[in-house]
Amino acid sequence: MRPFAYTRTASSSAAVATVTADRDAKFLAGGTNLIDLMKDTVEAPALLVDINALPFGDIVEHRTFVRIGALARMSDTADHPAVVRIAPAVAEALLASASPQLRNAATIGGNLMQRTRCAYFRDVATACNKREPGRGCAAIDGINRQHAVLGGSRDCICVHPSDMAVALLAVDAIVRTRGPRGERSIPIAAFHTLPGDTPQIETVLEHGELIVAVDIPISRLASTSTYVKVRDRASYEFALVSVGAALSVRDGKIADARLGLGGIAPKPWRALASERALIGVAPSAAAFERAAEIAVGGARGYGHNDFKIPLVKRLIVKSLASVAA
Amino acid sequence: MPVDVGPRAGPHPVPVTLTINGMRHDLTIEPRVTLLDALREYANLPGTKKGCDQGTCGACTVLVNGRRIDSCLTLAIMHTGARITTIEGLADGDRLHPMQAAFLEHDGFQCGYCTPGQILSAVALLAEKRPLDDASIREFMSGNICRCGAYKNIVDAVAAAGKQNV
Ligand SMILES: Cc1cc2nc3c(=O)[nH]c(=O)nc-3n(C[C@H](O)[C@H](O)[C@H](O)COP(=O)(O)OP(=O)(O)OC[C@H]3O[C@@H](n4cnc5c(N)ncnc54)[C@H](O)[C@@H]3O)c2cc1C
Ligand code: FES
Ligand code: FES
Repeated sequence: MRPFAYTRTASSSAAVATVTADRDAKFLAGGTNLIDLMKDTVEAPALLVDINALPFGDIVEHRTFVRIGALARMSDTADHPAVVRIAPAVAEALLASASPQLRNAATIGGNLMQRTRCAYFRDVATACNKREPGRGCAAIDGINRQHAVLGGSRDCICVHPSDMAVALLAVDAIVRTRGPRGERSIPIAAFHTLPGDTPQIETVLEHGELIVAVDIPISRLASTSTYVKVRDRASYEFALVSVGAALSVRDGKIADARLGLGGIAPKPWRALASERALIGVAPSAAAFERAAEIAVGGARGYGHNDFKIPLVKRLIVKSLASVAA
Repeated sequence: MPVDVGPRAGPHPVPVTLTINGMRHDLTIEPRVTLLDALREYANLPGTKKGCDQGTCGACTVLVNGRRIDSCLTLAIMHTGARITTIEGLADGDRLHPMQAAFLEHDGFQCGYCTPGQILSAVALLAEKRPLDDASIREFMSGNICRCGAYKNIVDAVAAAGKQNV
């Protein structure tokens, strides 16, 4: 790990100003991703601003939404009765993430900002355009079992590792931030970006912009949501493929639907065309299979990860059937 | 612009005071020293083990204010003012903590390298009031890998200690 200076503050404007003023400064929350990457010198900030003393640790239920503070821990969020009731997919996704120890340290803000687990990104001896723009992508012709089948580019085919972010797509969550230019609210679907030819850019946040909370609007749809994850072992493992799904049915027809996909794209993937195809039809295996087929239209495997295409289709059908039941 | 951040510490070694097992430790360490390295290399408490150093094994599990975390992925300097409990702090003199006794009783280890982390994690599992059926114990102990594969006996030890209402 490279040496760095450390400071902390209980003021969000001071935290934002300090990081904004220094290109080499970063916020430090739970540290479970940042410190890990700093050990491998994938990240090498010169200054860490510890934000754990900021007043964003609470989860509060309002009349029309639940607000999860950016510093709420994954464990406390997963166990929170309002989250379990209002957005079951989010609680399920968090419980299926990492380990109890990591969930006690890791925060909701840090979870959204965590970086890919691509082995080439983490190994500074190999080529990675995300780590070193212009150096190439070792995954495209390398061992790409974990990699993307949708949304990748010639420069990067990594996958986004967050389970929670996929579930947030199914419940229309909104990310609230405070930055050098004031506050804003960003729908979760617009928060992460695709690699294109700038894989080093992963979200719409500016340098120094701080996530302060994630809001989940209270809706019938969100309260029906579920999260299903397939992985190489039963626990303590990232997703190979995952689905966050929500459905509302009225008079025998699907009135609204949400479908978020994980493990298959460089960002938490919203299958919008599939959602649209579901609306207005009766819930049935055939309708779910059609939605699954639409979701993988344009998908491409790179060899080792070809299996993800049929796997995600089956998982979509399974999760839609479970929320329709 | 108001910048009321605390003074910058480091990158050189700075004074960091930790409270470990109820004792005050005045250390002089760089901000980059993890809590795990502070315990083992500076506070002379090698009971906490380093397995992977990247959050994937749980050997480094400690309690911070009663909650279990992996000490390898957190900085010591983040925990000034916190109550840190390591395996050295569980027994009451010569009287073992009930979870330690349960691990002995049920042979919840082979080489013993993962054991301090397993025991602290298990103590936290009970404090979290997780259900004590096998499936739940396995899920909520999944953050502790045992290379020797002593899982069966670990689960038995946790269940037995849970029944004693530790
Ligand atoms: C072994 C292991 C297994 C894991 N398994 C899973 C899994 O199965 N599923 C899953 O989803 N995740 C998994 N994780 C990842 C884990 O969820 C993340 O490491 C964690 O959520 C990051 O949160 P943090 O608070 O520790 O962030 P930090 O490490 O403190 O920060 C991460 C990044 O976010 C930035 N940041 C932090 N807070 C804010 C904020 N409020 N505003 C703006 N920027 C901010 C930091 O500057 C940094 O760049 C795993 C991690 C490990 C080590
Ligand atoms: S040493 Fe910390 S989790 Fe392995
Ligand atoms: S007893 Fe050897 S690693 Fe668990």
